[in-house]
Amino acid sequence: MTVIATESLSKRFPRVTALDRLSMDVGPGVTGLVGANGAGKSTLIKILLGLSPATEGRAEVLGLDVATKGGDIRERVGYMPEHDCLPPDVSATEFVVHMARMSGLPPAAARERTADTLRHVGLYEERYRPIGGYSTGMKQRVKLAQALVHDPQLVFLDEPTNGLDPVGRDEMLGLIRRIHTDFGISVLVTSHLLGELERTCDHVVVVDGGKLLRSSSTTDFTQSTAILAIEVTDTDDHPDGTRAVREVLHARGIDTHDGSGLPGAGHILLLTADGEETYDLVRDIVADLGLGLVRMEQRRHHISEVFKDADDARDEERKEAVGHGG
Amino acid sequence: MAVEQTPAQAGEQSRIHNIGYRNYDGPRLGRAYARRSLYSQSLRGSYGLGRSVKSKVLPMLIFVVMCVPAAIMVAVAVATTAKDLPVDYTRYAIFLQAVIGLYVASQAPQSVSRDLRFKTVPLYFSRPIETADYVRAKYAALASAMFILTAAPLLVLYVGALLAKLDFSHQTKGFAQGLVSVALLSLLFAGIGLVISAVTPRRGFGIAAVIATLTISYGAVSTVQAIAYNQESTGAIAWLGLFSPITLIDGVQTAFLGASSSFPGEVGPSTSEGVVYLLVVLGLIVGCYGLLMRRYRKVGL
Repeated sequence: MTVIATESLSKRFPRVTALDRLSMDVGPGVTGLVGANGAGKSTLIKILLGLSPATEGRAEVLGLDVATKGGDIRERVGYMPEHDCLPPDVSATEFVVHMARMSGLPPAAARERTADTLRHVGLYEERYRPIGGYSTGMKQRVKLAQALVHDPQLVFLDEPTNGLDPVGRDEMLGLIRRIHTDFGISVLVTSHLLGELERTCDHVVVVDGGKLLRSSSTTDFTQSTAILAIEVTDTDDHPDGTRAVREVLHARGIDTHDGSGLPGAGHILLLTADGEETYDLVRDIVADLGLGLVRMEQRRHHISEVFKDADDARDEERKEAVGHGG
Repeated sequence: MAVEQTPAQAGEQSRIHNIGYRNYDGPRLGRAYARRSLYSQSLRGSYGLGRSVKSKVLPMLIFVVMCVPAAIMVAVAVATTAKDLPVDYTRYAIFLQAVIGLYVASQAPQSVSRDLRFKTVPLYFSRPIETADYVRAKYAALASAMFILTAAPLLVLYVGALLAKLDFSHQTKGFAQGLVSVALLSLLFAGIGLVISAVTPRRGFGIAAVIATLTISYGAVSTVQAIAYNQESTGAIAWLGLFSPITLIDGVQTAFLGASSSFPGEVGPSTSEGVVYLLVVLGLIVGCYGLLMRRYRKVGL
């Protein structure tokens, strides 16, 4: 079953091409839509909600054509915008009840669903206070609640972690995961941070300049682009263990890079893992040299690497990996 | 047996505490219901209902100010056993036009500027309702709120007149004419107020702009009319009335609703001129609706 399907979908404005023959299929689950600012993410969501006609091509959401069934789609879909959208002078409860009724829920059901949904997103006593006094994290939860209150089959979350501190970010990502696993609602979440989406998404779609750059399951993504960081101990035989490992790796034809600019630079080796064999190879080399392996970990990627990857600018990619890794 | 039951019971208890996510499979009432909900929410909001105590003060105060003179007139009429009410039904709104203007100026921005300022509009349009539903609901809500404001004192007058045992058919006719007049006035003022407020997300600016539009146009028109009257070019007076909202209503009700004009020298428009007045009023109402539609088509998401 496909939740979202687009077929050479294009959107041209007088001066900009926001979407350029974008074809993709999105299945149930949590899907990340990654792209730099201006990559066409918001335009795509607008078209998928049936609010803006495509210049050419077609798109279906939940099996409904966006050009003709916009109203039906919007009844079954939730949307959390990127920007602030909450009036400060009403309470979260009042606001979400009103939004539930706007989605067509009868008054009693609207109140009941509001109480349920606010509890699920983690708002308790404070929901009776005016929204103006909320923290950014609480406001994001209210925004999420209004997108979920009518129990949609699919939600569009536009940059839900924007402006959150690391703890709030983790909580939001956990919540997004639960929307699918516990609530059974499919999610399309946009971000410009690939690392963030790797943790929550089953599937990642990368767009750039309105074109589909890549669409694959998250596991494919991390496997094929994983960058390994290795740190080893020094021994009497090998006073500089890092260099010894590097030399052996080079002899085996594997490029490495020192983590200059990062904490622990000089002691860390970065290399591109092609698959399971690389892990085994590193383990064997370190063992043969009689060194201690302090760490071997995957480094997170920044979205820009994926773009650079597409340009085949491999050197640039490494620099970015160093700059944004970890 | 007893050992086996314990975990099962514990399981049931924890299920009661944490019922988990429940799906909604009840009715979804769709667009028309959502539009009605928005209408009632906006109408209530126009009197501060469902909002903070602070925002109830002004609309309620204005409502009282609108009704008190009517109550006093009724009291006078009953006490003096007058033959007629001291003021015509159709003239009442003209007398209190400043109060009505204040109400539109305060409530029109409240109704639309907030949604623009806090960017709530995209949340509406990501739901089943469309631009037209939003505009209609907001327009209808403010027009209804204004009708309540302007018709309530007429009702006070009418009930009072009947209590004072004034002529029933005469009073009923006057009351009906008054209602038609304030209905037109409500639609016209609500439209003008909303169009001006929908341009700006800033409420204060909206309030000032609405007040300015209403008072400056009225001030200018009545000044020029007075000059025309002094120069005895009475023919011009009627046409000048086309250029401000309240004189438009005055003209329409003078021509068709048996009202006496408040133009200088009481020279209201003739029936043929009145047709022009009515067309202009209806044109403005339709025009305001069209402008709002255009405005919100752009706002979108």
